[in-house]
Amino acid sequence: MLSYILRRLGLSAAITVLAVALLFLIIHMIPGDPVSTILGPKASPELRAALEARMGLDRPLPVQIGLFFMNMLRGDLGLDVFSNRPVTQIVLGQVPYTLVLILVSILWSAVLGIALGCYSAVNRNSLGDRLTGVLSVSVIAVPAFVVSLYSLLIFAVKLQWFPAIGAGAPADWGDQLHHLVLPSLAIGLSWVGYIARLVRASMLEVMGEGHIRTARAFGLPERQITYGYALRLAILPTVTVIGVGMGFLLSAAVFTEIVFSRPGLGKLVIDSITTRNYPVVMGSVLVSTLIFVASTTLADIVNAILDPRIRAGK
Amino acid sequence: MAVLDIRDLSVSYATPRGALKALRDVTMKVPEGKITGIVGESGCGKSTLISAIIRLMAPNAKVGSGEVRFKGEDLLSRSEAEMRALRGTEISMVFQDPMQTHNPVLTVGRQMIDIQYRDKLSKADKRKRATEMLALVGIPDPQARLNQYPFEFSGGMRQRIAIAMALMAKPSLLIADEPTTALDATLEVQIIKRLRELQDEIGCSILFISHHLGVIAELCDEVVVMYAGEVVESGTVRDVFHNPAHPYTRALLECDPGHIKVRTRNLPTIPGNIPDLVSLPTGCIFADRCDVRYDACGARPVMATASSGHQAACHLIAEKEPA
Repeated sequence: MLSYILRRLGLSAAITVLAVALLFLIIHMIPGDPVSTILGPKASPELRAALEARMGLDRPLPVQIGLFFMNMLRGDLGLDVFSNRPVTQIVLGQVPYTLVLILVSILWSAVLGIALGCYSAVNRNSLGDRLTGVLSVSVIAVPAFVVSLYSLLIFAVKLQWFPAIGAGAPADWGDQLHHLVLPSLAIGLSWVGYIARLVRASMLEVMGEGHIRTARAFGLPERQITYGYALRLAILPTVTVIGVGMGFLLSAAVFTEIVFSRPGLGKLVIDSITTRNYPVVMGSVLVSTLIFVASTTLADIVNAILDPRIRAGK
Repeated sequence: MAVLDIRDLSVSYATPRGALKALRDVTMKVPEGKITGIVGESGCGKSTLISAIIRLMAPNAKVGSGEVRFKGEDLLSRSEAEMRALRGTEISMVFQDPMQTHNPVLTVGRQMIDIQYRDKLSKADKRKRATEMLALVGIPDPQARLNQYPFEFSGGMRQRIAIAMALMAKPSLLIADEPTTALDATLEVQIIKRLRELQDEIGCSILFISHHLGVIAELCDEVVVMYAGEVVESGTVRDVFHNPAHPYTRALLECDPGHIKVRTRNLPTIPGNIPDLVSLPTGCIFADRCDVRYDACGARPVMATASSGHQAACHLIAEKEPA
């Protein structure tokens, strides 16, 4: 088990290095010069050169990447071009908002999706199964920003059950939770459908396997067969999908944070891209990448805990 | 007395083409303390028969008529809960493919403890019993092996574990569905020998399904020959194998590579195919492929006695039947 985890962490580290290098290159290929954006078209050449030197843009690209890595390891992501505050501080201040949002979203949608998927598989072709199927496909088809806008209009503006903007008062947990309901509904809704479909398919596959027939031939209670024997196996692909899904949730969070004016990484990325605030773009996308790599790694480790064959490398 | 007494059992499957009559008027017995074999080629209804006995049938299967009497009581009229109480205690099963029999993500020990859920024993006692059973089927170091997962065992070992699990509750009837088909020949012999010894020890009856004539001859006391969903011959292994009464049994024995004495280039086969079970022929089910068919074969034969305890569904036997 330990050797599996170490191997997996090594792989994640390699992926992170590659992703960061790519990210650096992509950002440099975006049209638009940060110096012109910051100083405006009428800046003197001396001023431009000074700013370029301060941002490190006058050095060759490989050197810039190398320096970036060195600083990154020290936790230094540079300074915000406008406020001169450390980027690390800015980004880390936003991370909790996004992290809470996507964790709450994936949690409620996974619990509901797995329950619905099991129900559908056990009561295959029943009215409930068909209804769940139609609803699942419908919610999968609706993008998060559409749900954001409509839930905002219906539940916040018309019915006024939930607040429309912000993340709630900093020390008030109840208020923060109240502010989380609509955004997490918007992000999680399509995942309920997706996970329900996935769990149903993989449950049906597992329920047809020989070992389930064995369990029945030994008279094990049907509940234990469904949840103790079948779901234990059927959950494995779902765990992987949830791990990868965190990445999609991060991008869905961008829309949702803007619609609900929530602080968070998504909003930070958009704001800093529009102002060509390179260090902040780099820092926030970097943290998003780390969250994504961490969630897929975690999913793999959870799968290894659940499936001894993965641990053994078979 | 027979532990299992099946009378006129008919089972059909609903298919888009119509009802596929997989079993028709099957009558057979498993005597107490004996090993009864069912032999027949693929698609003859062996698997449908055992799934009907323990009532774990495919959703599109339907029992048309008949009785499955277990210790005198008809299983077909039992409720699902009553059936479940029987499975794994009174009747247990060993399946064909040992690689698929166990849950891949649970330890063997956990699965062996789980199936004892009805017993009011401590977990340590259940574990001890599982260890004893593994030792009994010849798994070395059973104590430690309980903590391992199915993928850490070979196919032969997994089948031994399956047998250990099936015998743990000391059932009255063990149904073994081609338990050695997926194993190689040396393992097959080992498993058969061990099964025979355990049957002696526990004293259960065994219903052993196979298409391997040699295994049936080696292991069983009685044999039932099935063809296309019907029982065509039944009797003691000695009678059926040495003095086959039904033309199908004779053909089957002639095709068995173990029986062929003369060197030959092509292995013998039975010409023709199994009849379509959706639209059945009116007469004898085997008539199309039979080398001794005659006028009477246009009508369906009934079971006729060839000798005491030896019966075959053939008009030729009925004619010779001592009145």
